[in-house]
Amino acid sequence: MLNKFDIQIRAEQEYAVLETAGYLNDSLGEQLSKKAQELIEKGYTQLVINLDKTALINSIGISILIEIIEALDERNGTLNFCGLSATQERTFRMMAIAKYAGIFPDEKTAIANF
Amino acid sequence: MENAVLMDEVCLTIPMDHDMELVAAKTGSVLAELNHFNEEQIEEIQYAIIETCINAFEHSQSEDRKVYIIYIRRADELECKITDNGVGFTPEDQHNSISQRQGIHSDMRKRGWGLEITKTLMDEFDIESGENGTTVSFIKKVTS
Repeated sequence: MLNKFDIQIRAEQEYAVLETAGYLNDSLGEQLSKKAQELIEKGYTQLVINLDKTALINSIGISILIEIIEALDERNGTLNFCGLSATQERTFRMMAIAKYAGIFPDEKTAIANF
Repeated sequence: MENAVLMDEVCLTIPMDHDMELVAAKTGSVLAELNHFNEEQIEEIQYAIIETCINAFEHSQSEDRKVYIIYIRRADELECKITDNGVGFTPEDQHNSISQRQGIHSDMRKRGWGLEITKTLMDEFDIESGENGTTVSFIKKVTS
């Protein structure tokens, strides 16, 4: 239950995938935001955040995800999420995130839908 | 009659420290497993506990910096009562707090979701708040 977290990045030519592991709270959220900003500054405007290994997210973590959506919005970019649990997806839809970012079951589908 | 269905009552006190909400959520998750909630319901209970604890951490301004949780396990439901000894809040306080946290898109506000998430995920929800603190209570019912 200890919160060990990690972020893996897979950057391809057209897009990049950020895969999180652990509890997505303010700490992991800030690290994720930093890595997403670095990718955006390198010119990536199509990002996938894979939450398959993130069992729990709190609303502070989600607020940081919204900041990443907004940063991509400013560059006409797109953020697609994948690997969400049913509760996470329900929460994201409640918070209107699904209006401004894609939600897909897996990484392959998330990439195919840019 | 209430005693007939009461199976367990567990009390937990957590400090308002980083990630302590996970301790509360894990305890709730174990009790929910004992009550044969399904995986999705257990996750919903964890989210409700996490959000309510974080709300207390962030907004209660309690001097003792502690959150008191009572888990009441009954045959067909789990009730959580989460209390802080803080300054309390009114619906107006909550509205003002939300208004200050809008992002670029007004319908995708960044903060102020905790209680709404909890209310949506649980079957029953109640708040008692006053100058001596706040208690958020919620119930999740076992459904097959």
